[in-house]
Amino acid sequence: MNFNQFISYIAQGTVYTIGVTLIALPSGLLIGTILALLYVYGGKTAARLMNFYSTIFRGVPPVVLLFILFFAVSKGINLSAFLAGSLSLGIVSSAYQMEIVRGALLAVSGDQMRAARAIGLSQMQAIRYIVLPQAVRLAIPPWSNEVAIIIKDSSLVYALGVPEILRRAQLIGASSQQYLLAYLSAAVIYFLLVFLTTRLLNLLEKKLTIPSHP
Amino acid sequence: MTQPILKIRNLCKSYGENVIFEHLDLDVNEGETIVIIGPSGTGKSTLLRCINLLSRPNDGQIWLDETEITAKGSDEDMVRQHVGMVFQNFLLFNHLTALNNIKLGLTKVKKMSDQEATAKAMRELERVGLADKADHYPGQLSGGQQQRVGIARALAMDPRVMLFDEPTSALDPELIGEVLEVMRNLAKEGMTMLVVTHEMGFAREVADRIVFMEKGYIVEEGTPDEMFNRPKFPRTREFLWKITELYGDKKEDAA
Repeated sequence: MNFNQFISYIAQGTVYTIGVTLIALPSGLLIGTILALLYVYGGKTAARLMNFYSTIFRGVPPVVLLFILFFAVSKGINLSAFLAGSLSLGIVSSAYQMEIVRGALLAVSGDQMRAARAIGLSQMQAIRYIVLPQAVRLAIPPWSNEVAIIIKDSSLVYALGVPEILRRAQLIGASSQQYLLAYLSAAVIYFLLVFLTTRLLNLLEKKLTIPSHP
Repeated sequence: MTQPILKIRNLCKSYGENVIFEHLDLDVNEGETIVIIGPSGTGKSTLLRCINLLSRPNDGQIWLDETEITAKGSDEDMVRQHVGMVFQNFLLFNHLTALNNIKLGLTKVKKMSDQEATAKAMRELERVGLADKADHYPGQLSGGQQQRVGIARALAMDPRVMLFDEPTSALDPELIGEVLEVMRNLAKEGMTMLVVTHEMGFAREVADRIVFMEKGYIVEEGTPDEMFNRPKFPRTREFLWKITELYGDKKEDAA
């Protein structure tokens, strides 16, 4: 096996890494945003429940939760390891993303909400047209942090047997006895993925910046 | 005698043990400008917030025209459309241009078409002298300009009453004039206004009535002439004297 084949074998795992991220990230964002809205605007009971949710999910290592969710999820419905792993990761991430969105909502809410209600907007309208658009902008920097974490944590589905980058690095490392090279290659690929993604998010952040004094 | 636009009876507001005001009565007639003065922490701002239901009073009634807005099940969003509010800190929507700040309520609350809303919003911007700033974001405007957009935003909803909560307190001294000028014109046009302010020049010149509030009570109310020249209570005289010395009466002197 030559060097190119070696690298390309590992790199083929990128599809899974990206796939896991593309499922876990949006599902975590969707759940996290809904829960954050409930947390901030849903009254005391909802806030307490959300706080509980966030405490539990952030208090246990992701890989442990991944196993629990994976076996719970795949027992209920027949899902592939890839899908079940991705969704489980999304659920773990939803707790973190909830806190990110909640922080952003709280930073905007209050005065802006009051001003919106004062012209006769309902609470739902105020959230939709006034609070969320501003919260999104505030959430991007901490969110890009979470994106980096998910890309890296996607390696955890390796434990479920999904042939992503790390899994492949380990396999080919074992068969060729080139462990160091295999893991270094995996590291470079992960790094590039995270680096490019956070760069993109930086651009998005700049693009969405609200103009102020010229 | 015509029916007052705003009728307040026995209004009480407290936060827990902390009584903000009690048994407050006030009538506001159509076209009147009422200036509310008084030391800070006497419930002036809370009173305004109760009138547009941003804060629910604990007891008492408020009627807007024929409707008791404090009644159980009254539609808060409906009430607020008819009661314009201008805030001390402007509170423009930071992510929207001046024009869109004004348009939002028109399209989303009044359900106007985009075209109608743009035309109406532009008229309101002209009214406060800022048509040329339509596409500026709040961060690109001076404090005085932001406040004028804030006034235009409230006016666009065609409110029955306008509430001003210390509209110039957060402004640099040289920017206060332009905001007061807009308010002066509004009063001339016959807008019904309730203004909490420390600008005694404005109060003296524009107010039909001045209400002096302290410690949750209306101590005294009367025309500017009565309040400044023949106050019934020594406390009123003392407060007016102090506040006039502090904030001055410059515009009066200059005029």
